[in-house]
Amino acid sequence: MAFEKYDFTPLTQSIHQGLIENVSPLLTLIIEWTIIGVLFLLFIAVFGLLLVYVERKVCAAFQQRLGPMRVGPWGLLQTIADFVKLLMKELITPKSVDKFLYNLAPFIVIIVPFLTISVIPFAPGLQALDFDIGIFFVTAVSSVGVIGVLLAGWASNNKYSLIGGMRSGAQIVSYELSVGMSLITMVIMAGTMQISEIVELQRGGWFLFKGHIPAIIAFFVFVVAGTAETNRGPFDLAEAESELTAGFHTEYSGIKFAFFFLAEYINLFIVAAMATIVFLGGWMPFHFGNFEGFNAVMDFIPGLIWFFLKVFGIIFLIMWFKWTFPRLRIDQILTLEWKYLLPINLFNILLMATMVLLGWHW
Amino acid sequence: MAEIIEKFISTTDQIKTDEYLVNMGPQHPSTHGVLRLLVKLEGEIVHNVEPHVGYIHSGIEKMTESLTYPQIPHLTDRMDYLSAHMNNEAVCLCVENALQVEVPERVKYIRTIFDELQRLASHQLWWCASGMDLGALTAFFYGLRDREDILDIFEETCGARLTLNYTVPGGVMFDIHPNFQRKVKAFITKFKKILPEYDKLLTGNIIFQNRTKGVGVLSKEDAIAFGVTGPTGRASGFSCDVRKHHPYSAYPLVKFEEKLGTDGDSFMRWKLRMDEMWESLHIIEQLIDNIPEGDYALKMKGVIKLPEGEFYQRVETARGELGVYIVSDGKKNPYRVKFRSPGFSNLFTINHIAKNWKIADLVAIMATFDLVIPDIDR
Amino acid sequence: MTNEQLIDHLSKAYPDAVAKQGNQYPEINVPKELLHAFMLNLKSDPNLAFDYLFCQSGVDYPTFIQVVYHLESTKHKHYLVVKANTEDRVTTVLDTVSDIWPTAEFHEDEIFDLLGIKFNNHPHLRRLFLDDTWGFPLRKDFHDDIHVVER
Repeated sequence: MAFEKYDFTPLTQSIHQGLIENVSPLLTLIIEWTIIGVLFLLFIAVFGLLLVYVERKVCAAFQQRLGPMRVGPWGLLQTIADFVKLLMKELITPKSVDKFLYNLAPFIVIIVPFLTISVIPFAPGLQALDFDIGIFFVTAVSSVGVIGVLLAGWASNNKYSLIGGMRSGAQIVSYELSVGMSLITMVIMAGTMQISEIVELQRGGWFLFKGHIPAIIAFFVFVVAGTAETNRGPFDLAEAESELTAGFHTEYSGIKFAFFFLAEYINLFIVAAMATIVFLGGWMPFHFGNFEGFNAVMDFIPGLIWFFLKVFGIIFLIMWFKWTFPRLRIDQILTLEWKYLLPINLFNILLMATMVLLGWHW
Repeated sequence: MAEIIEKFISTTDQIKTDEYLVNMGPQHPSTHGVLRLLVKLEGEIVHNVEPHVGYIHSGIEKMTESLTYPQIPHLTDRMDYLSAHMNNEAVCLCVENALQVEVPERVKYIRTIFDELQRLASHQLWWCASGMDLGALTAFFYGLRDREDILDIFEETCGARLTLNYTVPGGVMFDIHPNFQRKVKAFITKFKKILPEYDKLLTGNIIFQNRTKGVGVLSKEDAIAFGVTGPTGRASGFSCDVRKHHPYSAYPLVKFEEKLGTDGDSFMRWKLRMDEMWESLHIIEQLIDNIPEGDYALKMKGVIKLPEGEFYQRVETARGELGVYIVSDGKKNPYRVKFRSPGFSNLFTINHIAKNWKIADLVAIMATFDLVIPDIDR
Repeated sequence: MTNEQLIDHLSKAYPDAVAKQGNQYPEINVPKELLHAFMLNLKSDPNLAFDYLFCQSGVDYPTFIQVVYHLESTKHKHYLVVKANTEDRVTTVLDTVSDIWPTAEFHEDEIFDLLGIKFNNHPHLRRLFLDDTWGFPLRKDFHDDIHVVER
């Protein structure tokens, strides 16, 4: 296939070979871990800032404004300037907070995207960990984040924070179900939980098209539930600024606030990446039937670019929600999950299972 | 198994949550100013709301006692700054009625057009700010964008954008700008296209309707008893439009409908203000081409002295009924001036209707009440 | 009822009260002992049905302090101004009407705050705008050397 030429496997293999021939296996492992760690750190920092910038520009476009324009060309350096400001700000610890938990919470929140990002295949051969239970790992790890939010709400010793934390707890615990269920629907179709395998299975066509009706339903549910799980509008109840000022991170400042802020955007990326991997074929190019010429042109675009194109498409969709819809109320949010999304999901799993059994999918 | 379930259910009955107090404000994003609501909550449920006002009390009633009548309007547009012109007009009408002078027709037309433009500007700001309260931030920028056009028209004629100070006893301060009519007409054509967009963005939205329909219902009887006026009162079916019942300026000459709601919930209050914007456009359309020629102000005496007695003037501002009660002892200063502000009466129903709703509903209710804090505190 | 009928009716029913036609609205001056019963009657009498208290204000006259109630009947579309005087400037007390018109509760708070009139049976009388260190600024004998500059 044409796009094999963009495979990163030879590169990673050669680094591995080079290391293992010169140093001991243990040191190789440590060096590789360090490289991956540094790369992810850089990626999260840079991509987080980029997403903040994108969000501000997208929001500005929806609101008929220009957004940041002053710092750097088209305001490109604005988010970096903001981040430097956040780094230099004083870390205020209010007197009556539970100091240990208060300081712990932002770290728990920021750990989650680091863990999840490790299983995401950015391009052929560009995946840090390839578990055979990759999907399970993602769903398991992503629920850790809520503990950080709950801790932040509780430890701040502020009533607004507490309400925000509790809301967030109720909301994420509920929507975890939908996220998990919609992923399970697709796992039924794929027959595997290994993420690289799932992407590979979509070589002949994305799951969204292959699985048609149930896959589209699952995709819809996943995007809605994923938006809710990242605490973004219209589900941003945890930090609903018109009700709770800033919700669970009211009392945080400086770099600790930046952690919450960054984690939100990286979580957004992860939701979009998971949707891309499971429904939109990961880094697989878009192919259309038997149009060889068209497919060849599509193959010419590297997998890495395909992946980010799809991810940004989903991110744009989620941002679109936020800047269009008003916020829901807490009971409405839970009603939506337990009375609508969950039954739809359960029915959808049945439908998918029937379809797979009867071989109705392509 | 049944025993365990039984036991579990009986224990959940014993679980009690404490009530706790939250200070919403004086610095809170949704109180739109320095209002403090002492909210008693149980979980998310509001049990009691106690408004604490006075953070921006500026003693306007006391100050007016040492001012002359032409000076008073300079203070009143600081009360309800979003209906500055209506506040000024109320004082001026009261003084004119007390002196029993008739202002020229031209003045009446200009004042009415300004009233309605001001109402539109105020409702635009209300629309976008309450969109923001409900979490739709985009609405905020749409409303402010369109409000600029009206403020530009104001600026061209009277030099001010917010606190207009345009009306003086006996007329208006200057004649309208030559561009005024053309610009107002251009604005009307433009805004008629934009208003349906407002509805598309929020009114028809399912989330928005879920947040507002049936929330914070104020019955007609309660609206009257609590003295809730303006669009808030009319949403409950209380026919209280001063423009209709006690017409002043050019209102007797124009045809318009007093919109009345039935439900009295947040959605109705919302809908009513949207309808009122259409009515305002119709009123301006009827007047803008027919502004008669003539003087823009009466020649008033250098020192205005009101005859001894008491004078009351009611005016419909964007928020409801504004009353000006002047007690005069025949001197050049009033003996006592009382402003019956619409926001004051409207605000204090909040405990009555926000009880047992969620804290997010309290925000929605406050948004649809359209509170302006200096109007309450004076 | 027209204004004349209203004045006629009220002065017959309450010989102690002084009713006359004012500048705009019929006015009636009620002795403060009668105030609450009189107001209750205004609201409950189906021929009067004054259900809307649209303004309540306090005025400090040289010899007495007065509370002015502007009333409207949304049903009959007639208006009435009720006045109640009290001469005592030290323990200035009137009956509350907040049980008749709930809106009065907060207007009375305001009047208490600015004019120092206490209202009997008021559910929650408190200073609305000012803190406790202030006097009663709308009284004519109010002097404040710090905040008020006399010219």
